[in-house]
Amino acid sequence: MRFFRPGITIIGLFLIWALIAAIAGLPKFILPSPQLVLVTLFDKAELIAGHAVTTLTEILLGLAFGVAFGMISALLISAYRPVRQWVLPLVIASQAIPVFAIAPLLVLWLGYGIGPKVIVGALIIYFPVTIGFLDGLNRTGPAWINLASLLQQRSSHGRILNSYYLYRHIKIPFALPALASGIRIAAAVAPIGAIVGEWVGSSSGLGFLMLHANARVQTDLLFASLLVLTFMAVSLYYIVDYGLRLALPWQPDQKNLLS
Amino acid sequence: MTSSNLSHLPGSNPSPENYGDQATVPLGVELVLVKLSFGETLILENLELILPAGQITCLLGPSGVGKTSILKILAGFIPLTGNSRITCSDSLPLHSRVSYMDQSDLLLPWASVVENVAIGARLRGERPDLMRAREILCDVGLKDWLSARPDILSGGMRQRVALARTLMDDCPVVLMDEPFSALDALTKLRLQDMAAKLLHGKTVLLITHDPIEALRLGHVIHVLSGSPTRISNAIRPDEAIPRDPASDSLKSHYSDIMEKLSQTEADIT
Repeated sequence: MRFFRPGITIIGLFLIWALIAAIAGLPKFILPSPQLVLVTLFDKAELIAGHAVTTLTEILLGLAFGVAFGMISALLISAYRPVRQWVLPLVIASQAIPVFAIAPLLVLWLGYGIGPKVIVGALIIYFPVTIGFLDGLNRTGPAWINLASLLQQRSSHGRILNSYYLYRHIKIPFALPALASGIRIAAAVAPIGAIVGEWVGSSSGLGFLMLHANARVQTDLLFASLLVLTFMAVSLYYIVDYGLRLALPWQPDQKNLLS
Repeated sequence: MTSSNLSHLPGSNPSPENYGDQATVPLGVELVLVKLSFGETLILENLELILPAGQITCLLGPSGVGKTSILKILAGFIPLTGNSRITCSDSLPLHSRVSYMDQSDLLLPWASVVENVAIGARLRGERPDLMRAREILCDVGLKDWLSARPDILSGGMRQRVALARTLMDDCPVVLMDEPFSALDALTKLRLQDMAAKLLHGKTVLLITHDPIEALRLGHVIHVLSGSPTRISNAIRPDEAIPRDPASDSLKSHYSDIMEKLSQTEADIT
């Protein structure tokens, strides 16, 4: 039953949509019926799939870069206090500046390829990952830190190596659940970056396809692309969530919002 | 008091054949604390505490008298200030010869029981002696749980893993901060017996608020009371540990301890 609930919700929404489309009698370029959208989806499957691959590549690359840079920033900020004052304003700026404002600049510099989309995606993802991981790293219990420092009194290594082992065996593992929360948020917002990037300037991708379908009043194609994008975004979240829970079986809060 | 004054403590003149082997030579420790305060509040001053070599010293007292602070000073978590000092019977620093057991088990939730016991070596970048870890875990009765994750263990079992981790590095001095206080009565009793056996020959400082626990395990018992805190004269019950708290000979000690503890109340009211 648990598995079917999301399916029932989706079917319900489709029924309401079909009902509104039928009763309101709007022209199909304003509100196409779900039947028409599904037909278009299958008719133009090849076209949509080609653009979907571009968008998916952008999303995954943006996610990878955003998570990687976020983790590195969090580790640097946590390990070297002075870095905090230098890097933290940048982290906050990455979230505060509307990506719409810098996307045209990125397109100007890097062209119409996937580069600007990956950067915009990474920018959006960078913040939740950095803040989540940093929060986790700073929250290792003081009792554990005390115990570790006592165990390290007999260490033959210097301060830097000891600090490395402390991060490797205590701080980073303790921060992983917080990092996982950051990555979950990142996975949920990652598609925004790709679509924004494509809207500003591109030659392929679902955002590009939607923009063109809209301009040519092919509203059914717009809806079909939107369906595919939604499906990709939701699947991405679930796959990431599933992977994270497999990776952290010891995490106390196994119950998830969406499961 | 200098280190030469500690020569009356057992273990300060190790026999030549095991000299320098810190595991086999019990180490006497003396702490002289001139002053300890948190911000403006004076917690204690002019405290002298001797931990006789190879014996269990219990510090008993209500919360807020600075029991845990004394332990943290010995562990090096709180730096010594002014003329306060720690002296060992072999005149070497105490640093790196101390292990520590907390009220909470401090097990790493992602690591197996064996890996939890071996965490010290990992934190030092050494190859852990997993054979030894397994042996100690057998000693604390966890032979069948070596690869289990801590979350499936009971509170008593988790604390036994923590005890095994405390014994893993074979330090001559063991500091314990109310290690059994969160356990039920029967589990507590069993763990006290186990600790008495496994800590044999080690110099132990056991902090507790439970007079029965102090009477069961302490070769030497001090009561901390008052504000600023004063330390009582040593109470030294005769029998070997672990003692039966119901025995007649402990009754006089028990009332002695209760009297010293209730002086605290009198000071406050």
